[in-house]
Amino acid sequence: MTWVNTILQGLLLGGIFAMAAGGLSLMFGVMRIANLAHGDLMILGGYAAAVSTLHLGVPVPLTVLVSMAVLGGLGYLLQRTLLDRAMALSELAPMMVTFGIAVMIPNALAEVFSNDAQPLNIGALGTASIELGGGLAIGWFPLLTVVAAVLVLTGLHLFLHRTQIGRITRATADDPEVVRLMGVDNLKIYALTTVISLVTVALAGTLYAMRQGGVTPYEGQLTVLFAFETVVIGGLGSLWGTLAGGLVLGVAQSAGAQISPDLPLLAGHVVFLLVLVFRPQGLFGRSVLA
Amino acid sequence: MLEVEHLAVSFGTLRVLDDVSLAIPPGQAVGIVGPNGAGKSTLINAVSGTGQVSRGTVRLAGRDVTHTSAARRCRWGIGRSHQIPRPFGDLSVFENVLVAAERGAGLRGRDAAAQALRSLEATGLLSAANTMAGAVPLLGRKRLELARALATSPQLLLLDEIAGGLTEGEADELVSTVLSLKQAGVTIMWIEHVVKALVQVVDRLVCLAFGRIVADGSPEEVLASREVAEVYLGGALA
Repeated sequence: MTWVNTILQGLLLGGIFAMAAGGLSLMFGVMRIANLAHGDLMILGGYAAAVSTLHLGVPVPLTVLVSMAVLGGLGYLLQRTLLDRAMALSELAPMMVTFGIAVMIPNALAEVFSNDAQPLNIGALGTASIELGGGLAIGWFPLLTVVAAVLVLTGLHLFLHRTQIGRITRATADDPEVVRLMGVDNLKIYALTTVISLVTVALAGTLYAMRQGGVTPYEGQLTVLFAFETVVIGGLGSLWGTLAGGLVLGVAQSAGAQISPDLPLLAGHVVFLLVLVFRPQGLFGRSVLA
Repeated sequence: MLEVEHLAVSFGTLRVLDDVSLAIPPGQAVGIVGPNGAGKSTLINAVSGTGQVSRGTVRLAGRDVTHTSAARRCRWGIGRSHQIPRPFGDLSVFENVLVAAERGAGLRGRDAAAQALRSLEATGLLSAANTMAGAVPLLGRKRLELARALATSPQLLLLDEIAGGLTEGEADELVSTVLSLKQAGVTIMWIEHVVKALVQVVDRLVCLAFGRIVADGSPEEVLASREVAEVYLGGALA
């Protein structure tokens, strides 16, 4: 029964990984940008939520919206001022820009807010759980996280495949030059893509901060690693794969923790490496944005 | 419809187009011929807005578009096809054309879908509508280039080598499609090596060589002219 519980907890942990990885997958799929700042932007999203309730008195459940608005706006500026220009320079330049941002964000956060955790307390919801009998329990909050992840990834999928703008986004991912000849301003599509990516990562970051009870500046370096592992395990460019990848990584870490408290990270990395060796295209690897 | 004046395009020290002036009145179909490297595709790129212009102006329906983005030129009525087909491979054939109808022609919902279907029908692609564009064979992809250009409701259609690589029967089908567009009043600028296909449609032929216009007139005149013979024979001998 312990192992059933371990897998269950792992699946719930995987929800956050999947959500964080969704935006990463989208930006890579559309613009071929490997956003190395994704984890730090996620933590920044956590800070936006924590600071808005600490200093502005925003009710805790609504901090999610503040965080999404702040990061969405930041995403627009980031794309228009930096990434568009970097993309025009070379394929590697955008990655170097995001690397620079990944260095700047945690240092700026430490400078402004110190290294102490900024608390984001969700009170009773954090510990409330549903008893399933036989010693099994599902926390309400992890459950909420998984549901949110499924909704976000389903939403992204529906957006890409069922809406006009989504179709144009897929066409832009295929050939940004030719869409211009169909009357599409590809830079607007890029801006929208980055905004969506950062709005989802803001949601992930806020839920992450709520789960941990707060955030500290340097956590992004680890979360970006998890997000990349999730994308690779699931298969690049496949949103369902991303969900599966998050859950697999969550279960692996949770199983590792069950064996020894030192093991969760190692277990996650081992699963990641095994997938990379035996199924390099990932569990659901297909073409881009399929 | 289209006025190109003193157009020059250089890549570094290489001058690809040198002082090209060309006016196409509405409804006219103009064929562009010339040896490889004459600057034909560069001319189409300059008109569609995907290539750079070093000097000169491009006017569409009296409006200077020399520095206008390709996306806006498309919405203002320029449609083009590529020599090497560039379909959106991960979209279905229908979706490919739908994007063009929605953004290029500015249509919505049912109107966009109807326009997309008309374009597919006109190019004989209706039966392949639900195939992924990446899986369509060469003739289908050439037709898709044309269908997408059509779906943008172009007033000026730029065609780049649509008959190359096709069998005679396939080329004939494309020719009849282009002919019906011309009859519908679309202005056409068509680059083609397959002169036999070209002369069935165009009213006028322009020969480019070494970045300059060397002949301009009716197809009979141009094909019979000494300049054109020299360009092609010279090219063959060199």
